[in-house]
Amino acid sequence: MIRWLLTRIATGSPWARYGLLLAGLLLAGSLPWFVYPPVAMDIACWALFAMSLDLLLGYTGLLSFGHAAFWGGSAYVTGVVAIRSGLPFPVAVLAGTAAAMLLAVPIGYLATRRTGIYFAMVTLAFAQMLYFVANQWRDLTGGENGLQGVPRFLPGVDLSDPFYFYYAGLPMVLAGIWVAWRIVHSPFGHVLVAVRDNPARARALGYPVVRYKVTVFVLSAGLAGLAGGVFAISHGFASLEDVYWTTSGQVVMISILGGIGTLWGSVLGAILVVRLQDALAMSGFDGIGIVTGSIFVAVILLFRHGLWGTTRDLLASARTRLDAGRLAGSPHTERPHELAADGQVVQPQR
Amino acid sequence: MSDFVQQCFNGLVSGSFYALLALGLAVIFGMLGVVNFAHGSFYMLGAFSAYIGLESFGVPFWVALVAVPLLLGILGMVIERLLIHRLVDLDPLYNFLLTFGVALVLQDLMKRTYGVQSQPYPVPGGLAGQVNLGLFRYPAYQVFVLAISVSVCVGVWVLLTRTRVGMIVRGATERRDLTRALGVNVGLWVTPVFGFGTALAAFSGVLAAPMRAVNPLMGADLILVVFAVVVIGGLGSIVGSVLAGFTIGMLQALGNLYVPALSQTLVFIVMAVILLWRPAGLFGREEARA
Repeated sequence: MIRWLLTRIATGSPWARYGLLLAGLLLAGSLPWFVYPPVAMDIACWALFAMSLDLLLGYTGLLSFGHAAFWGGSAYVTGVVAIRSGLPFPVAVLAGTAAAMLLAVPIGYLATRRTGIYFAMVTLAFAQMLYFVANQWRDLTGGENGLQGVPRFLPGVDLSDPFYFYYAGLPMVLAGIWVAWRIVHSPFGHVLVAVRDNPARARALGYPVVRYKVTVFVLSAGLAGLAGGVFAISHGFASLEDVYWTTSGQVVMISILGGIGTLWGSVLGAILVVRLQDALAMSGFDGIGIVTGSIFVAVILLFRHGLWGTTRDLLASARTRLDAGRLAGSPHTERPHELAADGQVVQPQR
Repeated sequence: MSDFVQQCFNGLVSGSFYALLALGLAVIFGMLGVVNFAHGSFYMLGAFSAYIGLESFGVPFWVALVAVPLLLGILGMVIERLLIHRLVDLDPLYNFLLTFGVALVLQDLMKRTYGVQSQPYPVPGGLAGQVNLGLFRYPAYQVFVLAISVSVCVGVWVLLTRTRVGMIVRGATERRDLTRALGVNVGLWVTPVFGFGTALAAFSGVLAAPMRAVNPLMGADLILVVFAVVVIGGLGSIVGSVLAGFTIGMLQALGNLYVPALSQTLVFIVMAVILLWRPAGLFGREEARA
């Protein structure tokens, strides 16, 4: 049975894909039955956040080390709108999302003037700028105390129980995931991959590379903002930690642990990291950074394709063997990849 | 007028730390192509080592100023050998991420032991008073910090431009393969250069201990500003990084005087302007691959 299933998945049969999708939806729908509901919501938010980063890192080859700016920026805007306007929470979250995208326009425009390591440093620096702004603008953000008392308001529904709130917030996260999936599988998404693998050639083919980069940066920021907004509503507050560099680092870690350039890996990474942090926090261990930092180092050293990427590697090699047995033509597969230096053609591993 | 000059002086003193850290970052970047996220952690460890040395073993400041950079330089070399070395052939982003993980570990190790409270460190005996600089009186220790960091920056510059070791390092920075072809064992110099860079960070940490709060977060908060500084100066240029360090220090101090609300964000605004005007940084060269 398992062998049959693996063969289906390995040969990329559409039924296996629908099966996996169904399994994923079932998992998303039943998560709060297994784990503490607020933690389930955290997992969903971090998964979408990591996916938004993967759009840049995995599909466009840009490492944003300042994505906390959009997650946290949206968390603050969502919080302020929810507190001051009394509108239903999805409206507040959408306002936060829009704010994150607006913020991403200048940052994306400036950051894409550099590539590689400088892009990472520039995004990191701008996120730190937002951190300072949030820290100083006490009237609006509450400074070091954070923005407290963000309501979870939806007309006619009582969302005070986190279990029910999970089902109210999940559709927004799923919509975000769907958008990410659509972007990756659209013609636009394929151009992004071309920009990642060979910017010079993409430019020569007439694609405005910079405009593509800024556009995906803004879209990615919007998804990060969507996740951050739901996160803020779920916790009932927005804090400085949301815009801090450790948050930017953590989402990069989740993305790489899951496997960059895979989208779904982000879900796996989020489940593992959020559960681990929850367990550490429960145990009263106060050096979470020691553990997450060590895991980060280990993943970078030993496991750069991540969980999903490694699995896909194995399946791809299984598929090649199956195809060879059947004398079928060469299958078109997406292969996991590593970061490539700019302008350098990455040969898919055979 | 004297306010203005005094603020400039304050700026140069805080710029000293930017300059020393940017110098270490630039030296490491030149030799290894690695941006060391853990650079701030070595600065923090430098300050903490001085503090621990004084509290537990009665090590005086002057001894710490020499011994701590040596010890942490060795720690840096160990980390280079054990971890960074393995990723040098890959995209430099991997080492950026790796050193980020190292920074998290180092920072939380200290946080776990000492909490986030700041630890006091006394100003060393001979430098406790103030000196008269004509227009105003200024703490002697700050004058000492400025003098010594300028000398260290000049010293490193002389080392790089006037000695054989410096020639090799510069050669390896510019044209690695060619230097190798000329019979220089470039690989031999990678680890010592990394150790030297971390020793510089540790040195600035010891210097910072008597005038700044010694706490586990001091490094991370500073290094993020230094990243903006090296983007402004151009990381490929050692002179540029140092000059940008002092300049940003001055700008921040003057910003503090005239537009206090902007003092913390000013450096990032300058970075944005530089990105628009000269994306490669003031002293940087355009990257070959845009």
